[in-house]
Amino acid sequence: MTSTIPRAKQWQQRAQSGDRVALARLLTLAERGGDEFAEVHPSIHAGNGRAHRIGFTGPPGAGKSTLVEAYALELRKRAQRVAVICVDPTSPFTGGALLGDRVRMNRLTLDPGCFVRSMASRGWFGGLARTSEDVADVFDAVGYDRVLIETVGVGQSEIDVARAADTTVVVLVPGTGDAVQAMKAGLMEVADLFVVNKADRPGVERVVAELEEVLQLRADGAHKPAIVQTVAMNGEGIDELSRCIDEHREHCAASGQLATRRAARAAEKVRRLLEQALRDRLFAGKGMERRIEEALQSSEPRSPYAVVRELLQELGLVSKETRKP
Amino acid sequence: MTPKTPSTTSDVKSDALHARESAVKSMSGLELKPYYVGADVAGLDETRDLGVPGEYPFTRGIHRTMYRGKTWTMRQFAGFGTARETNQRFHYLLKNGQTGLSVAFDFPTITGYDSDDAMSEGEVGRCGVAIASLADMETLFQGIPLDQVSTSMTINGPAAVLLAFYIAVGIKQGVALDKLRGTTQNDVLKEYMAQKSWCFPPQPSMRVVGDVIQYCAGAVPQWNTISISGYHIREAGSTAVQELAFTLANGFTYVELGQQRGIDVDSFAPRLSFFFNAHLDFFEEVAKYRAARRIWAKRLKERYGAQNPRSMLLRFHTQTAGVSLTAQQPENNIVRTAYQALSAVLGGTQSLHTNSMDETLALPTEKAVKIALRTQQILAHETGVANVADPLAGSYFVEALTDRMEAEAEEIFRKIDAMGGVIRGIENGWFQREIQRSAYKAQQDHDSKARITVGVNEYVDHDEEKLEILRVDPKSETEQVARLKELKRTRDDAKVKAALAAIQLAARSGDNLMPKLIDGALAYCTLGEMIRTLKAEFGEYHEPPMF
Amino acid sequence: MDPLDPQDKIRVLVAKPGLDGHDRGAKVVAAGLRDAGMEVIYTGLHQTAEMIVEAAIQEDADVVGLSILSGAHMTLLPKVKRLLDEKGAGHILITGGGIIPDDDLVELEKLGIGHLFGPGTALERIAAYIRDEVGKRRAARVE
Repeated sequence: MTSTIPRAKQWQQRAQSGDRVALARLLTLAERGGDEFAEVHPSIHAGNGRAHRIGFTGPPGAGKSTLVEAYALELRKRAQRVAVICVDPTSPFTGGALLGDRVRMNRLTLDPGCFVRSMASRGWFGGLARTSEDVADVFDAVGYDRVLIETVGVGQSEIDVARAADTTVVVLVPGTGDAVQAMKAGLMEVADLFVVNKADRPGVERVVAELEEVLQLRADGAHKPAIVQTVAMNGEGIDELSRCIDEHREHCAASGQLATRRAARAAEKVRRLLEQALRDRLFAGKGMERRIEEALQSSEPRSPYAVVRELLQELGLVSKETRKP
Repeated sequence: MTPKTPSTTSDVKSDALHARESAVKSMSGLELKPYYVGADVAGLDETRDLGVPGEYPFTRGIHRTMYRGKTWTMRQFAGFGTARETNQRFHYLLKNGQTGLSVAFDFPTITGYDSDDAMSEGEVGRCGVAIASLADMETLFQGIPLDQVSTSMTINGPAAVLLAFYIAVGIKQGVALDKLRGTTQNDVLKEYMAQKSWCFPPQPSMRVVGDVIQYCAGAVPQWNTISISGYHIREAGSTAVQELAFTLANGFTYVELGQQRGIDVDSFAPRLSFFFNAHLDFFEEVAKYRAARRIWAKRLKERYGAQNPRSMLLRFHTQTAGVSLTAQQPENNIVRTAYQALSAVLGGTQSLHTNSMDETLALPTEKAVKIALRTQQILAHETGVANVADPLAGSYFVEALTDRMEAEAEEIFRKIDAMGGVIRGIENGWFQREIQRSAYKAQQDHDSKARITVGVNEYVDHDEEKLEILRVDPKSETEQVARLKELKRTRDDAKVKAALAAIQLAARSGDNLMPKLIDGALAYCTLGEMIRTLKAEFGEYHEPPMF
Repeated sequence: MDPLDPQDKIRVLVAKPGLDGHDRGAKVVAAGLRDAGMEVIYTGLHQTAEMIVEAAIQEDADVVGLSILSGAHMTLLPKVKRLLDEKGAGHILITGGGIIPDDDLVELEKLGIGHLFGPGTALERIAAYIRDEVGKRRAARVE
């Protein structure tokens, strides 16, 4: 290497001037995390805050990808630059992943104002990958106006997205008892907006009624989520969705909620990074693993609690005095 | 050249046969007993479940005398390059004793694009013949009077348009439309499940299929409007059970479509035919055909109220399994194909295509096609298997397996009903995922040698001789594109515009599209123009999630 | 290289170029590479060379895997290769499979296209080839 500028920095500069190969590489670095990305993050962070981050979550089969594509196309009509992050699950058995969301986003591929990036969850639960937010940070920093984040969609509690997004859209479909499932999964609490997609199917009134009923129960006097009906396949209702998303964003900005959310997001991120850093340090090398094995190797079985206490004492993280009963 | 001797290690390995899954389970994964006894078919009622050949429920075949009356139609699917080249191949096949024509179209035609479309680059005339307008169809059938042949066209998404071209050729040859005989595959449902060459979303596609059924029931009564095809479902990776069930479920959906349009079932059901795969598991295949006939007859009579026995007859074409062919030791494919052909004949097929040995390498050479045809002729004239109808009836094993296939299929029908029908299942990606799962299992079984493929994962030769293969001259593409451009330059543009406008209007108003498409054909509107006009009304379609 | 180390995940873009809808092979290979621990981006049917190249760039793929049964390989594969090179993504390995005559394989390899696998290939062989080839390319790619 002839240049003394670190490659991450170079990629950032090139990405900023529209080099898509460099942007893709920088995204890979963000996805991987670690020191190399940490080095450039301050300058990425300095460019953050402009993009509207919109999360899409909901059960499998709700048509999230098609909806995201339709919404992105709508934004493109208004000359907004759109980045899409779609997350799919990593197989816990093989570590591999099949990322299939692009199949329904083909119309975005050749648009120079769009950039679609698929991410595998890589062992992270909650609907996103560990570093999805960092990837969003990169898109924000290089000038994308909107960052759309689509969760894994395997029907678990995919509420991480609420922490990563300014606006969270929960997508449901008629006829599958979704509203009840969504409630159980905690999606009701995180939704800023509901979409009932495939609204040309029977049962749409029922889902809407169920949703309204549940929303009555929501105690907070905050912004009442709108319920939008769409048929993403043919673009029906997408303009309405777009309007509601903008409205939510304006409401949040005006009420100061956007700032509160972003502050909470930053604090949460510090906590997570700290946790991660401590864990990494703790388990760096094989020392700790060996020590755990040793501690457990005794003639009689030892309680894991006792072993942890002993290890914490060794690390100087708790004092050696015995606790009072 | 020194003669090759089989390696001894390979021979020893064959002792492991009994330990393999393939020995205890059918290809569909059905458990097999070491032998079958009378008790295994104790519930079988000969009158109710079998009948005699030619009688309800037609388990034993659709004709009393079966192949004594008429041997099956030997129908080799062909087509490549330009219409002119394929026309020559047709004349060759007719001269060699083939009794029906079967047209393979290239991918642009199959997906509704003109040869000069940017999407078509590199694919024109590659895997079949390019037909972009009536002019190409006229060339394809030059010197072949359409009242003298029956023609099968493997076309689905744009089937209505290609049929319109064919009818227009008939009109220009002066042949009465009620003398036109043949089949359009026109089975759009399996496109969404397996072959993935659709033009529109499922609902408008079904409307076009309905238009074809309705039009032909009146004007082209000898035309088989839909060939409900399990072949592609199987090639895409399904098991025999899934092929049987998905195909028949599609068939029921078409019957319901006709009934929803108020057409009497007995006026269109006799024109529905089927197209199945003949794969390697010999007895399972025979059982599949027998079960298919029984299920169809019962449903048509009991659920759809058919009274004409011809509505209850499941007539089918068979093609041997393309996916079973190997690129390694390709001559072995002749043997595979022969066994598969035998299962189709013992299962009572009405027509048969036998694959050529070199089809995993390229389009077949003339020599390979001839051997494939000869394979059928040997079956028909030398082996004696065609002398007695349904010769496997009454075999404990075959009857038990036939019952089992039927029961498995009925179970799948229940699932499909529960999910809201075939179209909903397609939209949810259910069929696609089921097929994908079976395909992946088959690959894993191949990789782990749970199933042996001779010459590929066992009995491998490392110094194989190469077969001569057919190369399609890339000049064909240039030639075809030039011809089409010339046509577009010389035709009457005002007529074209008017015809396209009429098509658009019919698409919108719900009037039957067929007469307008025929007018469009006669005005030399191209395939791509007509399909684009329809897409503008009907929309386009993308696959649902499948992993 | 530890295949389970997230830093070293191999990313493969699997696509069906052209009009041919026979996606059995593409899907089986996609599933096979997933089970070999890779991240597989599946883009589906009817992909043009331009779409494949753009998607591969956006995904920072190590490999583009194409399934072609239609006979259009001599048109499509060189075009994908040329576009990747033009866009500064010449490091991406092009591999795949389908019905491709031996003479064409030789021609395509001369153009810098990786190995193309025929019918009957075991999935593990494809995965091993990709691991090996990507390992070499990553090592050679100093930025």
